[in-house]
Amino acid sequence: MVGRMSRKLGVREESFIYLSMTTTEGDQPADIISTVEFNHSGELLATGDKGGRVVIFQQEQENKTKSHSRGEYNVYSTFQSHEPEFDYLKSLEIEEKINKIRWLPQKNAAQFLLSTNDKTIKLWKISERDKRPEGYNLKEEDGRYRDPTTVTTLRVPVFRPMDLMVEASPRRIFANAHTYHINSISINSDYETYLSADDLRINLWHLEITDRSFNIVDIKPANMEELTEVITATEFHPNSCSTFVYSSSKGTIRLCDMRASALCDRHSKLFEEPEDPSNRSFFSEIISSISDVKFSHSGRYMMTRDYLSVKIWDLNMENRPVETYQVHEYLRSKLCSLYENDCIFDKFECCWNGSDSVVMTGSYNNFFRMFDRNTKRDITLEASRENNKPRTVLKPRKVCASGKRKKDEISVDSLDFNKKILHTAWHPKENIIAVATTNNLYIFQDKVN
Amino acid sequence: MEEEEGLHQLQLLDTMFVRGLKRKCFDGEEDIEGTLAGFKALPSYNLQRQSLLDMYLVKLQLCHMLVEPNLCRSVLIANTVRQIQEEMTQDGTWQMISTQSTGQTSLDRLVSTDILCRSSKEQVEGKLVQGYSSFPKDFEDTQSQESSEILSTVTSGQAPRSLQSNMWEIENPQENRGNFQKSLDQIFETLENKTPDSVEDLFSEVDNSYYDLDTVLTVMMGNTKMGHCDVLETFPSQAPTNSNSNCKSDLNELDHIVEILVES
Repeated sequence: MVGRMSRKLGVREESFIYLSMTTTEGDQPADIISTVEFNHSGELLATGDKGGRVVIFQQEQENKTKSHSRGEYNVYSTFQSHEPEFDYLKSLEIEEKINKIRWLPQKNAAQFLLSTNDKTIKLWKISERDKRPEGYNLKEEDGRYRDPTTVTTLRVPVFRPMDLMVEASPRRIFANAHTYHINSISINSDYETYLSADDLRINLWHLEITDRSFNIVDIKPANMEELTEVITATEFHPNSCSTFVYSSSKGTIRLCDMRASALCDRHSKLFEEPEDPSNRSFFSEIISSISDVKFSHSGRYMMTRDYLSVKIWDLNMENRPVETYQVHEYLRSKLCSLYENDCIFDKFECCWNGSDSVVMTGSYNNFFRMFDRNTKRDITLEASRENNKPRTVLKPRKVCASGKRKKDEISVDSLDFNKKILHTAWHPKENIIAVATTNNLYIFQDKVN
Repeated sequence: MEEEEGLHQLQLLDTMFVRGLKRKCFDGEEDIEGTLAGFKALPSYNLQRQSLLDMYLVKLQLCHMLVEPNLCRSVLIANTVRQIQEEMTQDGTWQMISTQSTGQTSLDRLVSTDILCRSSKEQVEGKLVQGYSSFPKDFEDTQSQESSEILSTVTSGQAPRSLQSNMWEIENPQENRGNFQKSLDQIFETLENKTPDSVEDLFSEVDNSYYDLDTVLTVMMGNTKMGHCDVLETFPSQAPTNSNSNCKSDLNELDHIVEILVES
């Protein structure tokens, strides 16, 4: 798994250069991007939006003559994955917003992905059609049936090339297994089963079976008066098919082994960092809530994102993370305002690069941050159209927390909290990243020398 | 104009908050005298906390005004409210509240009890408040006139603060334990009466009756169209007058609101 990268990426001042920006635009509320995910080869990039649509981008084949960049990403397929539903029993609307997309590894010519909204998970098959049969005996070319009595000779239909058509069809629908809102799905390394987690329960599915799922974690208390914690994210270990983790709103991560028992309510490991008493406030619990958890490709580490920081945990050490990176510490003194405008509940995601040497996460003002684990350097970049023309190098940004603002710095008070980057993804092999602002998708890639 | 003021309030809160809490942590280790001294040094700490509590109340209200309440968010807010409550208990603020509460009328008690602790059967059948007018009906046998007077007081659009004081200045009689420390547990007190099915829905889904109660609450707040800033603004402005009673009414209100939140 490790070492697939063609070139190591380092976060040096001059080397963090990204060019070539592809944006898709939409101004409707339904166009708000809600998830971004590369497939296993990195050739395809899927996005889901609030309107229940999935848009897949495909990387162009490398152009030998154009040595400056790898292929750009163009729209490959668009389809409506989920529709809004109405639960009549509870008088509730079920949003069609796509919460997560996860790709299956490619086994044949077709591609498969799982997409989920709050209640239902669907397995989609995306296949190409670039040939079509022509020369039927009983049908005309336009589909009308021929009168059999007019058939005097027989011919064998042949395949002739046609314009590429990409079709998406739902192959499985996994429904009615979640009372609460699904927040994550994760495909097992056995490529046969997957997890789905809502606020209080985690279910294990087999990809072939839609009418049954196993409940493997249930943290719903018998007396709801005791409810103080919810599940926020879950992921299977990349290599060990019986191991998974789930994070909670209290800032803990539990690692469970499915071999231990059928119901994994008792964790094998509990990862929790003791609270720093000097930072304690009424908002401590809210900002400690983990919004995302991701294993490293190697499987040795996992990364968690809480409101202000990114933490890297060694799976062998439970009592504290091995690395902590402050994403936007300057917000600590603004928690009251952020609570009032609800931003404190924003759920940021995080991701690893292919070699696990750099981690990335989003922030406000359309900023996103990268942290190099080896050099301990970090960089802040901005995803915006005004400041970046295609093929230009991204300029590092800096936020001025207090005191005198230097030239080119941005003060905390002028940050736009409506412009948030919650979803980011990193190509599994190359230095290509996808960053979603509210309505736009930006794809940046490393400058190829 | 109001928005600017609201914003200013927030910025003030931010600064107050950061400073005050850091000092608080220092003082936490000391004995009672030290703590009292700490408080004297920070006359604004209680005000900060009060403002924060007010905000949380607003949040909880708005929380269940959404089409689909976000469970994670609700839990986080409720936990923090509980934390504030516990702290207030430790401070001794609670004791001041308890002594003041003995003089409450039985009517108010009845109002709150009935609204909040409906039998599960009624809820399941959707007989819960079908709108504003049913409130008086429910209390026909129990001094309904007075309650409708209170309700009409509510509708006449008084300032939110006094509204709350009138309607929610109550000590829930079911709570014979007699101390507010467990008042957040009241959230789920009604659980005991619930059928297994409705238990499932707690904290997750919203039903019609929920909306109606919600509308009532919203109107009681004074103005459904009030923005966050506006509502927030009205709270601190009244706080200095009588912080203790405000505290108490807030927390009562909080209890009730959280109970309603969960009841659905």
